[in-house]
Amino acid sequence: MATDAMAPVGTAATPKIRSELLQQRARAARWFLVPMLIALAIVAGWPLMRSIWFSFTDATLNDLYGAEWIGIGNYLRWQVLESGTVRYRGVLADPDWWNAVWNTVRFAFWSVLWETVLGMIVALVLNAEFRGRGIVRAAILIPWAIPTIVSARMWGWMLNDQFGIINDLGMKLGLLSAPVAWTASADTAMTAVLIVDIWKTTPFMALLILAGLQMIPKDIYEAAEIDGVHPVKQFFRITLPLVRPALMVAIIFRVLDALRIFDLIYVLTPNSRSTKTMSVLAQENLFQFNNFAEGSTQSTLLFLLIAIFTILYIWIGKVNFEGGDR
Amino acid sequence: MGATFDYWKLTKTVLFYALVLVIVVVSVFPFYYAILTSLKSGTDLFRVTYWPTSISFENFRQVFSQGAFPRNLLNSVFVASVTVILALFLAVTASFALSRVRFRGRSLLLMTILAVSMFPQIAVLAGLFEVIRFLGIYNTPWALIFAYTIFTLPFTVWVLTTFMRDLPVEIEEAAIVDGATPWVIITQVFMPLMWPALVTTGLLAFIAAWNEFLFALTFTVSNDTRTVPVAIALLSGGSQYEIPWGIIMAASVVVTVPLVALVLVFQRKIVSGLTAGGVKG
Amino acid sequence: MKMNLMLAGLLTSVTLVGGAAQAAELSIVSGDTGNGLAFLRSQLDRFEAETGHTVTVVPMPSSTTDQFGQYRLWLAAGNTDIDVYQTDVIWAPQLADQFLDLTEAAADIVDDHFPSIIESQTADGKLVALPAFTDAPALYYRTDLLEKHGKSVPATWTELEATAKEIMDAERAEGNSEIWGFVFQGNAYEGLTCDALEWVMSNGGGQIVEADGTISINNEQAAAAIDRAAGWVGTIAPEGVLAYMEEESRGVWQLGNAVFMRNWPYAYALSNGDDSAVKGKFDVAPLPAGDGEGARSAATLGGWNVAVSKYSPDPEAAIELAKFLASEEVQKERAIQQSNLPTIPSLYEDADVLAASPFMANWKAIFEQAVPRPSAPTKTNYNEVSSLFWSAVHDTLSGNGSAAENLEILEADLQDLKGDAW
Repeated sequence: MATDAMAPVGTAATPKIRSELLQQRARAARWFLVPMLIALAIVAGWPLMRSIWFSFTDATLNDLYGAEWIGIGNYLRWQVLESGTVRYRGVLADPDWWNAVWNTVRFAFWSVLWETVLGMIVALVLNAEFRGRGIVRAAILIPWAIPTIVSARMWGWMLNDQFGIINDLGMKLGLLSAPVAWTASADTAMTAVLIVDIWKTTPFMALLILAGLQMIPKDIYEAAEIDGVHPVKQFFRITLPLVRPALMVAIIFRVLDALRIFDLIYVLTPNSRSTKTMSVLAQENLFQFNNFAEGSTQSTLLFLLIAIFTILYIWIGKVNFEGGDR
Repeated sequence: MGATFDYWKLTKTVLFYALVLVIVVVSVFPFYYAILTSLKSGTDLFRVTYWPTSISFENFRQVFSQGAFPRNLLNSVFVASVTVILALFLAVTASFALSRVRFRGRSLLLMTILAVSMFPQIAVLAGLFEVIRFLGIYNTPWALIFAYTIFTLPFTVWVLTTFMRDLPVEIEEAAIVDGATPWVIITQVFMPLMWPALVTTGLLAFIAAWNEFLFALTFTVSNDTRTVPVAIALLSGGSQYEIPWGIIMAASVVVTVPLVALVLVFQRKIVSGLTAGGVKG
Repeated sequence: MKMNLMLAGLLTSVTLVGGAAQAAELSIVSGDTGNGLAFLRSQLDRFEAETGHTVTVVPMPSSTTDQFGQYRLWLAAGNTDIDVYQTDVIWAPQLADQFLDLTEAAADIVDDHFPSIIESQTADGKLVALPAFTDAPALYYRTDLLEKHGKSVPATWTELEATAKEIMDAERAEGNSEIWGFVFQGNAYEGLTCDALEWVMSNGGGQIVEADGTISINNEQAAAAIDRAAGWVGTIAPEGVLAYMEEESRGVWQLGNAVFMRNWPYAYALSNGDDSAVKGKFDVAPLPAGDGEGARSAATLGGWNVAVSKYSPDPEAAIELAKFLASEEVQKERAIQQSNLPTIPSLYEDADVLAASPFMANWKAIFEQAVPRPSAPTKTNYNEVSSLFWSAVHDTLSGNGSAAENLEILEADLQDLKGDAW
């Protein structure tokens, strides 16, 4: 390395030294990756394997270590009755499971859509120069900063039909004619959950997008300004393409989180059929009911579903894996 | 002509500040309501008010006298800080490799890392519990720091990889020409340029670790090792069914204030980036 | 002589060492409240002084769902850090495999307790937990409003319905627009199982699953009871009752906005607090009876117990602790200091107890009508049974199908779950 440093400027481009450098970089890269991979293998590898294995057994929490392999029975099993009708059982034939899948997908779609749009607006506002910007930046982070178990309860209280402030406010402003039992009624429970989640997670989106906006060199805008490009056009021609990588990653992580949503619903509307998601259902089977194997099956299916989604998203969204050496 | 222009500009400014106001009010109102609630007591809790009617700090006193709240706060600060430092350290080096060095299986590796975040938390609970007991770190802060890597690491790696990939090749080449090692490139060249991304991901990861409940409840069993979200869940009223709203809200206010302070401290870094860095200069 | 003294000295020191070696370090996990934990600590201090063992308390969140999930996981992993668990009345049969059989150890004291409670903690002939205190709900009513409108305390649900409606309408006509007739726990959760079991049982509709394991819920009297409750929602009870748990009902009640409330004893002291709008204006009575055959007042049995983990490194000391916490002495202190209902009948006549908590005299009558939830016959499946039951009831209350339809499906689901045997 010392010789490298002493090598005269310009010779770095000669093929021999260049390939040496590349090798050195590749070696360094390997060493840089190893600690992270070891950490992930221990913290995630073993638990993942365990869960997947349990989904093929008859495990119950009362007898975790005596679990025996039963094949795919937890996913789907069938029985031919005397009359010849085939009776399907298992998670894949369970209407409750498909209801939960539908709830989860519905929840993930609407929450992420709104969070992206609102997050973008908030990020653009925060990216502008104005007085008191620092305070506003701190203020918008408050929803994200309050622990979910607390904010879920807090909103549960605010959405209460009798002494909730939302109903009171809605009535005073003339938006509601009678108090609404938000979390109780099947029609509004999902809306209530969405409101809370969007309120809570928009700052996450906004902050990541803001970081992306901040990485865009200012001179691009200056040039556009001089050329007289309309601000709306600037947004679609410059801002959006340049902030896209950050946005895509932010969306991936939000969708993954939304598909696994657990704590908010667990606290706000734990047993409502219209908001029960895959994670909530799996938790119930794993720890509340005596169906550990079934819960593991549901977790594994959830994992598969998320994996399929991610692959599709990356494929369709053409998320750029290459780069840095364009 | 000039007059209409000014008129338009004024409207724009007014609309802009109205938008800012709406954003702030929507973000802060529930928190304001929490503060309001934390100052109430008894039957007053069930009455809707918009302004403080009477102020009592009894709930705050209760927060600090029940259990070991100050200790839990310190635990949370420790766990969240170490988690973030560890995650950022592992992620910065890893994302350098993932974004700036070409090698086979890179996309696959990125996907694998992401896959870790695809598994529902509750599903890994039982397996993780076994690992933690096996490692002998059960009921210590390290159990939580270890467990939180499962959600902070993939996130920080991905975000930092994305940002690092978009940094211009020229600055790195200049450093290579100067004979800088990869480590020097990362710490001296890239890090200063990455401040917005680093601070943002660090902050988001910090809050995620700070607010985590399920792992914290499972992997710690004493008041001396528990963190704030568990401590809040432990706050209780006079009897089994009574939910001590006032105290819970007071505790939430207490735990949210440090985070707001943290944001205020770091906010200059969130908005600095390339203009402050060296690309142009 | 000298030799003898020396020997004696040696012997004493040996015994002392022996005694010290027997002192165990125990830990007990409890989801009790702040005051409850302070009380537990004070009793444990006494226990430590008497036995030389040391006991650490591990507090848990008061949410019983959180506790149950945790305990299951810990027990499944064979956690040796916890010796004694404080358990809800419905948990013992579900966790029976992981707890020690206390039948022998407690043979001398079981007869002191209410037999129904001992029975609820027995699974497959194994006594898995000892009762620490019990709980049973009551009908709270507004004495001032009943008097004002010249009504008596309802003894049947039909009377309650009529009285509630009449007073509510009259009060609303006078401008009290926020008043409701009756509030209860209608959210889809364990509390609804308790409420609905009372409706069904009081109407002669059985206890969902009978003690011998028969699924009895699909009957006309049960359906009639649940249909009647569905009629309350939106008429004498607010629509929002479908999301109410204990605290929400107490909120409405304590603001003076309900004529009747179904709730646990905890609400008694709080409703008599200085800032309560109903202070001194209410009383409690047993819950109303239905009107079918075999109708009677029924109150769902609650309460907490202590169980010993089979992974405890020192089971003998742990059993000693469990017995101590279930003892008459501790229960008496508990009744006096914590107003928790004892599980020992004689304590209801104890002068000290009645002096400290006069309301307990009211609860004796209520307690005699107590019904256990079917946790003993359904064993490890109880939580799922309860969830199916409360879902069926919640559906009916929200207007998704009639009780008869929902109970028929429930019966089929329960049959599936049961298989050949629970």
